[in-house]
Amino acid sequence: MRKILEIIADLTPDVTQSGAEAYIVPRDKFNAAAKALKNEGVRLAAEWASDDTPFGEGFSVYAAYSAPKGYLVIRSKVPLEDQTFPSIVKKFTAARRFERQIHSLMGLTPINNPDLRPWIKHEDWPAGACPLRKTFDAREKLPRVEGSYGWARAEGEGVYEIAVGPVHAGVIEPGHFRFQSVGEDIINLETRFGYVHKGIEKRFEEMSWIEASRLAGRVSGDSTVAHQLAYCRAVEAAAGIRVPERAHWIRALMVEIERLANHLNDIGAISNDTAFSFLLYQFSILREKVLRASFEAFGHRLMMDRIVPGGVNSDLDGRAAKAILETIDNVSVEFERLVRIYEENPSVEDRVFGTGVLTPETATEIGAVGFVARSSGVRMDCRVDAPFPPYNRLSPRVTVLSSGDVHARTWVRIEEARESMRLVRGILEGMPAGPVSVSFSALEACSSGFSAVEGWRGEIIYWVQAGPDGSINRCMVRDPSSVNWLSIERAIKGNIVPDFPLCNKSFNQSYSGNDL
Amino acid sequence: MLRILSQILRTGVVTEPLPPAEESRITVAGAGLEEEVTRRFKRSVTVRYVDAGSCNACELEASAMNNPVYDCERFGIHLSASPRFADILLVSGPVARNMEVALKRTYAAMPEPKLVVAVGDCGYNGGIFGCSYASLGSVGNVIPVDVYVHGCPPRPSDIINGILKAVRRDL
Ligand code: SF4
Repeated sequence: MRKILEIIADLTPDVTQSGAEAYIVPRDKFNAAAKALKNEGVRLAAEWASDDTPFGEGFSVYAAYSAPKGYLVIRSKVPLEDQTFPSIVKKFTAARRFERQIHSLMGLTPINNPDLRPWIKHEDWPAGACPLRKTFDAREKLPRVEGSYGWARAEGEGVYEIAVGPVHAGVIEPGHFRFQSVGEDIINLETRFGYVHKGIEKRFEEMSWIEASRLAGRVSGDSTVAHQLAYCRAVEAAAGIRVPERAHWIRALMVEIERLANHLNDIGAISNDTAFSFLLYQFSILREKVLRASFEAFGHRLMMDRIVPGGVNSDLDGRAAKAILETIDNVSVEFERLVRIYEENPSVEDRVFGTGVLTPETATEIGAVGFVARSSGVRMDCRVDAPFPPYNRLSPRVTVLSSGDVHARTWVRIEEARESMRLVRGILEGMPAGPVSVSFSALEACSSGFSAVEGWRGEIIYWVQAGPDGSINRCMVRDPSSVNWLSIERAIKGNIVPDFPLCNKSFNQSYSGNDL
Repeated sequence: MLRILSQILRTGVVTEPLPPAEESRITVAGAGLEEEVTRRFKRSVTVRYVDAGSCNACELEASAMNNPVYDCERFGIHLSASPRFADILLVSGPVARNMEVALKRTYAAMPEPKLVVAVGDCGYNGGIFGCSYASLGSVGNVIPVDVYVHGCPPRPSDIINGILKAVRRDL
């Protein structure tokens, strides 16, 4: 990291930030910093803005980079008189949507970003509505205005368009997919989201730090535990509190159970999309067993609202630990039987191998995270790269495949499900005794905190900032989906239309986590 | 093939009896259908699901309704891919402003007679997201709702009970 920092001139440490190394650079050096970091092979993890008018200043724009051994946050201040900043899209593909989002919701203009079509914000919003600004009243009802969206177009003989969504045929979340096809072949896919935008980031600013952890648990319900953990870790970093050891272990236990339950669900669902419904039903039985054990141990099937700033609000007793262990013992045996059936089924094989390939080059270029990245040759996992207790003790095994197809994404998840079962056993065995929470009161004015947690989809990032009165001034959420959604557009090219549901399922990104 | 067959035999029947409706928190809001119509449904209904802005946990539990443990089909509850064939619209989430038009259109695409079941605390009153520039709150603010199923998220059995309650008021 030192070396990287020497390359960037005019860096001053940002003492208000915790949880990552943080520096302020003059605004005109924001993209020079990006360039220097890009040359070092660093990944852009997130880019966002904050409205600093409560501090008597203008705005700030931030870029978080994942460097070897931790994260680096580069901040530039944006004055009220000139609400622009230099775009970094030329260096980082992931910045495209981050910057469209900053432009749409915070109203800052990235200079030299060629695509400023609204993102999350739909075309029927009034042009000047920037909800993340302090001057915007969250209770204000937005009138609908006339507008249109500049879709990418393809023309030529035999080219036709298929528009799908927002309401889909299955029980899934809403989003819009627009294909340009020739015959059955997809030549281009453009995705558009924002349908389930609920104003979550704005809503955070109306809540107390404690209450807000419930909201974090509802950013993407299938990942409720990991989101609450990421939120709480950011708050704890900003507050400088140390969580008791046992709380760390209970948190990790829940994160791994959540990973297992989702992987079980999706391995079955992917098989179902190859028309092998047998495995869907079988895997869904296993998932149900895991959810019931969670209910028994934590009083909620999805383990919502158990992680709070300062620790966890429910301890684990011997009976609960036993229930979990028995379930894992039972599920792991069944799981191995089902995996053999998956492996030996030629009709599944025929559909999943070579389908929806995300190449390692593309995965690196777009900055993909989580199992999507690991299925495309990118070795990354926050549990290993930026470990916190108990992961520093448990050393999770990371599986990486390089074929980037539907099979790779399924197989990586099969291996991760196995690994989670191993970790759950290890956690139950090694869990230390002691208290499970410390009291959390308030944040110091102007402090901010950063965190990254490996949820089942991948790296979840939170960045929280306290205002001059210590309350929430900004809570930035970056679900893995915000970057991984870019991958489906790239992976689908050259595939046939009927394979789209299967490909999409193999990525299974969150709409709610993306739309916020 | 042998493996599949022996797995089926080993699994057996895992479907459980449905807990009584009293164990679910349900609010009946609409007038319901005429008795004659519900009698003709014979409790066999086709359901179209729309996520109008949920956090996706409600949707997870709604799809679990169809797993072998809950097996909603045994009660004649069949999930449909299109609103054109649906008797019941199952809606989760607060209604996101960006989904309002799509939700209204889906409702309009359904043939009469039709019922709406709103799933989750968000569907009831907007839940934690409340009402704002981006969230219109309760599903009832956008389309007429017959039954609300409470919970965050409600259990799969609660959702089944809610649907049954919509077609059979005497439950
Ligand atoms: S009721 Fe709860 S689980 Fe359902 S959408 Fe709302 S927040 Fe999510």
